[in-house]
Amino acid sequence: MLRIPCPVCGLRDETEFVYREDASVRRPDPGETDPTVWHDAVFIRENPRGKHLEYWHHVHGCREVVVVERNTLTHEIGRCRQAREVQG
Amino acid sequence: MSRYSAFTLLKHGLSGNRGWPRAWRDPEPKPHYDVVIVGGGGHGLATAYYLAAEHGIHNVAVLERGWLGGGNAGRNTTIVRSNYMMPGNTGFYELSLKLWEELSRDLNYNVMFSQRGQYNICHSPAQMDAQRRRGNVMRANGIDAELFDRAEVQRRLPYLDYSPHARFPVHGALFQGRAGNARHDAVVWGYARAADRQGVDLIQQCEVVGFIRDGERIVGVETTRGPIRAGKVGLAVAGHTSHVAGMAGLRLPIETHALQAFVSEPLKPMIDTVISFATAHFYISQSDKGGLVFGGAIDMYNTYAQRGGLPVVEDVLAAAKAMIPSVSRVRLLRQWAGVMDMTMDGSPIITKTPIDGLYLNGGWCYGGFKATPASGFCFAHTIATDRPHRENAAFTLDRFAKGYQIEERGAGPHPNAQ
Repeated sequence: MLRIPCPVCGLRDETEFVYREDASVRRPDPGETDPTVWHDAVFIRENPRGKHLEYWHHVHGCREVVVVERNTLTHEIGRCRQAREVQG
Repeated sequence: MSRYSAFTLLKHGLSGNRGWPRAWRDPEPKPHYDVVIVGGGGHGLATAYYLAAEHGIHNVAVLERGWLGGGNAGRNTTIVRSNYMMPGNTGFYELSLKLWEELSRDLNYNVMFSQRGQYNICHSPAQMDAQRRRGNVMRANGIDAELFDRAEVQRRLPYLDYSPHARFPVHGALFQGRAGNARHDAVVWGYARAADRQGVDLIQQCEVVGFIRDGERIVGVETTRGPIRAGKVGLAVAGHTSHVAGMAGLRLPIETHALQAFVSEPLKPMIDTVISFATAHFYISQSDKGGLVFGGAIDMYNTYAQRGGLPVVEDVLAAAKAMIPSVSRVRLLRQWAGVMDMTMDGSPIITKTPIDGLYLNGGWCYGGFKATPASGFCFAHTIATDRPHRENAAFTLDRFAKGYQIEERGAGPHPNAQ
């Protein structure tokens, strides 16, 4: 069981959350016309073996979306911030 | 090394089974090979075998970081089927099933392929419609498929929950009679032995840590056992494809996720077929030793740790109990996980890459085991001829850029799209 330190609710079980996606992916500017930029944002993932930034939605808690730093090899969890506080 | 036959079985049986030779050599790596395959799982070994047997390329090495078949080849639920609907998948998986049907004879090794049939249980009228359509596509492609109504499913599988308040009501099922399962270790060992007999060097405890380049072209690999140069390098390292291909500078539409599998204590014969349940994503069969072998969905967050989380254990066991109430008192023997390449459309990649000398086989999502023979067959063809085989022509890397994703589920770009 992963335990995620929600910045609003405190330390909570992963079952209160829904995993959303890789938080390092940036949606391109809507006016972007280069298809490779869109292709990379929609399909390509760094998929690191180690530190990973990811969105978790605290659906059974404060309903905030949080950005969690987690190690994909050890499942060690680092910083956890509200998504709105993480600059794009 | 001798062929396995009834005669050698009798001969060695009479001499106390002490005279069997080892099934394959344990060679030191040579400085150069025509082709180096990275990854000694089912797909890598099959590729090496077909390179030698179909294309006459015998100067081949398979490099394995751990031991042969120690990754996903040894961690799956051994289901083999070809009930795919999307162009690109349909013919590929049917080629695989046809290769499975001849595999034990072809390899001179009993892979214990058992065509015990596979049911896709439908829990709603909409699922019946979807499975009817799938069955029609299969039959139009010459693949066997039968649609059963609820009464027929109840006659054949009396142990499912047919009560009025069943959590997952049974409306019917799509059945493929030629589907079934096989013994996963035997598949690995059969390909390993057959490849070794063709002159392929199987090199274990040899991890690839980098690539050797000549200009832009890849001309070999750096390993923990020294540099090995190669005319062509093929990757068959599903689960770690992003990591290994990343060393060559490739960025891929793949995320790595854990998929768990389970086996119960041995029981008397109960489930003589393979059953998949659409709604809760649950599948079950019974091994020859009597254990119920089953699994569910991935853990849903990126991980390279080959272990699963307890929330999914609970989900899968709840699904088992809901569909087959009589398993409620069966004890679980083991639970484990493998790490999957989850592609952004749920379909695999077998292709020549944009980097000269580098070929890629990966992205197997939930379904790598059944694909083993066709994956090796098509990857060997791609490496040997620099052109895809007809059945892997759609499994390109640039399909995502061109809008030719092969989405069996139609769920959009998501690493759980299968």
